[in-house]
Amino acid sequence: MADSSLPIPGALEVTSPRYSQAAILQWLNSWVTTVDHKKLGILYTLYAIFFLLVGGVEAMAIRIQLIRPNNTFLSPEVFNRLFTMHGTTMVFLVGMTFIFGFANYLIPLMIGARDMAFPRLNAFSFWVTAFGGLMIYYSFIGGYGLFGDGSAPDVGWFAYAPLTAKAFSRGHSTDFWALSLIVTGFGTVGAAINVIATILCMRCKGMTMMRLPLFAWLNFAVSGLILVTITPLTAAQIMLLVDRYLGGHFFDTQSGGSAMIWMHFFWIFGHPEVYVLVLPAFAIANEIIPVFSRKAIFGYPAMVAASMGIVFISLGVWAHHMFTIGMTSVSNAFFSLSTMLVGIPTGMKIFNWVATMWGGKLRFATPMLFCTAFLFQFLIAGLTGIMLSVVPWNWQLHNSYFVIAHFHYVLVGAIVFCIFAGLYYWYPKVTGRMMNETLGKWHFWLFLIGFHITFDIMHIPGMLGMPRSIYTYEASRGWGTLNMIVSIGGFIQAIAVLLFAFNLVWSYFYGEKAGNDPWDAWTLEWTTASPPPAYNFEDDPVVRSRRPLWDLKHTEDTDWKYE
Amino acid sequence: MSTAVVTPEAVESPWVLPSKGRVGMACLIIAETAIFTIFVVAYVYYMGKTTSGPTPREVLSLPIFNSICLLSSSVTIWLAEHAIERGEIRKFGVWWAVTIALGAIFLIGTANEWRTLIYHDGLTVSTNLFGTTFYCLVGLHASHVIIGLLGLLTVLIFTLTGRVKQEHSERVQVLALYWHFVDAVWIVVFTVVYVIGR
Ligand code: HEM
Ligand SMILES: [Cu+2]
Repeated sequence: MADSSLPIPGALEVTSPRYSQAAILQWLNSWVTTVDHKKLGILYTLYAIFFLLVGGVEAMAIRIQLIRPNNTFLSPEVFNRLFTMHGTTMVFLVGMTFIFGFANYLIPLMIGARDMAFPRLNAFSFWVTAFGGLMIYYSFIGGYGLFGDGSAPDVGWFAYAPLTAKAFSRGHSTDFWALSLIVTGFGTVGAAINVIATILCMRCKGMTMMRLPLFAWLNFAVSGLILVTITPLTAAQIMLLVDRYLGGHFFDTQSGGSAMIWMHFFWIFGHPEVYVLVLPAFAIANEIIPVFSRKAIFGYPAMVAASMGIVFISLGVWAHHMFTIGMTSVSNAFFSLSTMLVGIPTGMKIFNWVATMWGGKLRFATPMLFCTAFLFQFLIAGLTGIMLSVVPWNWQLHNSYFVIAHFHYVLVGAIVFCIFAGLYYWYPKVTGRMMNETLGKWHFWLFLIGFHITFDIMHIPGMLGMPRSIYTYEASRGWGTLNMIVSIGGFIQAIAVLLFAFNLVWSYFYGEKAGNDPWDAWTLEWTTASPPPAYNFEDDPVVRSRRPLWDLKHTEDTDWKYE
Repeated sequence: MSTAVVTPEAVESPWVLPSKGRVGMACLIIAETAIFTIFVVAYVYYMGKTTSGPTPREVLSLPIFNSICLLSSSVTIWLAEHAIERGEIRKFGVWWAVTIALGAIFLIGTANEWRTLIYHDGLTVSTNLFGTTFYCLVGLHASHVIIGLLGLLTVLIFTLTGRVKQEHSERVQVLALYWHFVDAVWIVVFTVVYVIGR
């Protein structure tokens, strides 16, 4: 390999100090004790990728079980644990940590800061989150284990009462679920506070709020949303633990408690959570689409306003998850309408992205491919979402595979696609090397095809009445072939993800050298070396427009002349 | 291109940003407000739904003295904030200590109330729905008082050892913000639990 010093003959036996035990320990130590936002960002991201693989294995196990009628690959108990852990993992350990991975790494660089506002809180947040993730997986081996008498959580990621009462959920699985999510919740709130404080208080000179990259704006909005939605979940989980440990009666219908109020509390968190996950995905698209269209984003103020609109509306629609539990028709009507209202700001966003691409010089490198697919898929997901918000439709489709198909269109079709786009886009900045394009294209097309085979088809068994969370079904129902196709699509996606994981590792060692600014982009992070030095910027940058790097490259035609 | 200044001329207007401490504390308070909201909602939702005794009317008495102590501690801490801003460290220490004393009296009052409720009236978390919601809401508030007191005590110790200076007034005010929040929450809890709920 390209080493500057030639090996000295006869000195070859000397073990390289790079791999000595002390050096390895020191290297480990530097990661464990780090307070650098870039290293923490990488840790978050690796953590998320690890759990993406774990959650993916769980999804595959579910799909193997459902591949044909009356299958006995998994027992009903194990099936329950797997879908609970799959949902919990994907939402809390993958989605939330990807957000903070990107946010941590990029926001200080984008706003011209040297670090986050509270570096030590930042490290604390990560390790607390990591501990929470370990704890929930410890439940698999703790107690009686996966194949024994109830340890891994099996009550669904929504943990509806009264299933979680002591009488129905023996052992400690539900306690593990609640405790570890409280713990990760602390980490999440800490990280959100950090993001907000960083964006408000660490901007470099000239970076007014209306010059912030949209990426930072959206993460700012999301962090605000996290503050007011994660804590209600924590509150509900404290109540659950009080019920289970101290004999409380919050959700105990025998003594006046209510199972419905758990649903309210859960979905007050659970619905906005979708936007907590999807807005950072939008944030990624907001950076990538303009750069690969060679145009400034269309309607920047409208994008900011729409994001804020989404945040506020999302706080008032939670009960659309509860149309079937017998609320009054007035509240059904209210939640139905407010849900449809979300269509306006999201429509605005889609319009603005399309307008950005319109007439641009499009370059379909892998990040842009993922973003383009995201646009279409998010549109469709939005449409099935509107369908579900129509109360009579909802009564028909509630808790069917149609719902699973709908939300995976959002979770995978929008969020995971954008996350992949972001990983390809910023990988060169983080590692100094490009990810392999050929492998990237293979990954994209396989994943796209697999995704559509799985989740387009999955709508149909839903409409035919296949309920979610059933561990098997009768052959006479006629869902067999459809499920077979769905499962095959799942495997194609799994192969694509493995390809991606391979690319990630391979490119780290053999990828093409990237340089500082491989995509010819416009935001501040691309002015630094790849990977950026410890304190990001030698001198504090000063900006005068939304595209500081454009100004630098085009001194004859700078943006700030027009602002 | 290197890690350099990005635009040709520096912008000359002064560049002021909000303080990290205040923003961070404001965020924490927003998050805490959401937690308290959920517990208050649960309390209100379950008011009068208890299926067995004792009821709030039978066992709760208005903690007037307690509340006066806690609420006046907001005034004393405000006086302390003013003192440190003007560099009057001794005065600051006195008001700060008074604040802690008032908070401690409040805590002792709560502990007494709970003791009576538990040993005299037989009301625990598991007795009935009222017990569950009451101890959770009031206990959540009390735990915040404890955390606040620990913070205040730390500052007091540093003050007594002479390490608090005028330049620390910003940090002190951030902590005081938290204390004001704990007080404000008490107004809500008091109204909901002792006035409306009784
Ligand atoms: C290759 C990709 C994936 C496949 C094939 C897949 C498959 C499934 C299946 C079959 C279920 C239904 C379990 C049941 O209730 O019977 C499910 C549930 C769920 N999935 Fe996925 N999934 C994938 C990726 C994801 C991702 C990326 C996320 C989130 C970011 C996610 C979040 C969830 C959630 C929240 C549930 C609900 C769990 C529950 O009903 O309790 N999934 N998934
Ligand atoms: Cu929802």
